[in-house]
Amino acid sequence: MQFKYKIAGGDFTNAGNASSAVKKILKQLNVDHVISKHIVVALYEAEVNIVAHAYSGVIEVNIDENQIHIILDDKGPGIADIDQAMEEGYSTASPQVREMGFGAGMGLANMKRNADKMLISSEPGKGTKVELIHYLKPDAG
Amino acid sequence: MQAKNQNWDFHHALKVLDEVCIGCTHCMTVCPTQAIRVRDGKARIIDNRCVDCGECYKACPVSAIIVEQDDLQMINNYPVRVVLVPGVLIGQFPEKIRTSKIYAALKEIGFTHIFEVENSVEMVLDAYSQFQSENTNRPLISSFCPAIIRLIQVRFPSLVDHILRAKPPIDISALYYKKRLISEGISASDIGMFYVTPCAAKIAAIKSPVGEEESPVTGVINMNYLYNRILQHLKKNEEPPKADFDRLLNSKGILWSLTRGESVHSKGRALAIDGINNVTEFLEKLENDEYEDIDFLELRACDESCAGGILISGNRFLTVERLTKRAAEYEASELANPPRKNDPLMEISPESFFKKVKPRPMEKLDEDISKALRKMERKRRLMCFLPGFDCAACGAPDCQTLSEDIVQGKAQVSHCIFMQQVMMDQKKLSWEHAKKITESIWGSERLQKNCNKLGAEDENN
Repeated sequence: MQFKYKIAGGDFTNAGNASSAVKKILKQLNVDHVISKHIVVALYEAEVNIVAHAYSGVIEVNIDENQIHIILDDKGPGIADIDQAMEEGYSTASPQVREMGFGAGMGLANMKRNADKMLISSEPGKGTKVELIHYLKPDAG
Repeated sequence: MQAKNQNWDFHHALKVLDEVCIGCTHCMTVCPTQAIRVRDGKARIIDNRCVDCGECYKACPVSAIIVEQDDLQMINNYPVRVVLVPGVLIGQFPEKIRTSKIYAALKEIGFTHIFEVENSVEMVLDAYSQFQSENTNRPLISSFCPAIIRLIQVRFPSLVDHILRAKPPIDISALYYKKRLISEGISASDIGMFYVTPCAAKIAAIKSPVGEEESPVTGVINMNYLYNRILQHLKKNEEPPKADFDRLLNSKGILWSLTRGESVHSKGRALAIDGINNVTEFLEKLENDEYEDIDFLELRACDESCAGGILISGNRFLTVERLTKRAAEYEASELANPPRKNDPLMEISPESFFKKVKPRPMEKLDEDISKALRKMERKRRLMCFLPGFDCAACGAPDCQTLSEDIVQGKAQVSHCIFMQQVMMDQKKLSWEHAKKITESIWGSERLQKNCNKLGAEDENN
């Protein structure tokens, strides 16, 4: 089953709406609340990243009985050095974004910690694609 | 089978009086957990969804929702009859009526001992400190409001481990006072402990406690009923004798059940939120980890906390004002720091805490994820056809809930009056059948003239 959400860059007011919608779906599917928490935390970080850094983005959520596969595809500046961006504390967020309590440089590392698998690809000047995979059964993965 | 019992063994204090219910949609559309449907022209409460918050009670235009309570006569079964009085009862009387007069009236009504519920807040604060030091989850959520605990169990199961499992003042006070009476030589079987409740949730919590151990409270008296009884006694007797009662209460206790009554005592970052919809909105975000570094949450289901309880007769804002004044008077008098007696019974013990709070998720479409996925696919397809403006004419509060009821086999697509039109147009439904469906939801007399309703010719008959 597939769900799609459009994300507007710079709209911090609505950052988190996609995560909330996915959380509701996971509750309805009776996904274990510990697994669900990891999914929502990773997705929220990823959603805020699009809002904070990109111009626009699309979140595609694919769920089957074994896993949830989330693809976040944004149009934005992209990431020049992904390894560096993965380091805790590294951030390119603007002072304005940091003032709002975002952009502490923990986002990507936190996403990786909460996901079973994470893939990032980026084309500087064009955008970034993040894939998050979570296994829905505690014994899988 | 265990899981099934868990869902259904839940006591609810809110009931629908079928003979009074007019089968409208007011209660159903305000329910924060979608726990009400209309069938046969009457509101039906779904037990495992209801959290006893009382929103339906407030919304009902004909007072068809009642709070199940114990009969005051019940107190006569006990030689020792203790009334546990919460501060908000006193807050409803005009200032010129002194507390001692109100308590004298309670004695005339038949109680032998009076104990103020919030006498135990210093013990509760000790229990909070102990739990906070032993538990790393943050924020910790106050266990004070039973409707909020139930809301978390059914809608925010991932937050149950954040509940601060210290018992609220009513439990701590009841445990303490009963022990004290026993220590004075009174037999336990002679003691009846009666709590005067401002809301339905407290009744439900006493009849089926969260931690599943038995409550020390024997019976629960409706505050609205008792308030009127007290007024009668005050009128009868202009100068009733002064009643003596324990002076353990301090200003903290007087303010405890009002908004910010707990949060002001919390170390670190603490928030107070009242109103069940405000709480729900906040918990949605908290569950996503959107808010960080909060240490304590005081969450109350009613607007203005217990002053806004559904069994409060007076105006909630005036109640808050009176209690705030009373607290200031206490603060300025010799009552500011009542002696905390050197009483071992006033020390906290393992009994001051309740056991694990179990999640009771109600939103799942199925236990089995494959089945839940199929139901969700069907639900999404149904939503393509349902009108989506939530008229509630199907007997469910909104289109999404109807679609869930359909995939759960609890409703039909033809319950939607717009789908009925489509189906009749496609010759899949006869007019007679559609009429039968309408009558099965709204009652057989709903299509007949009736001038007794509000706003009609004979509205008061």
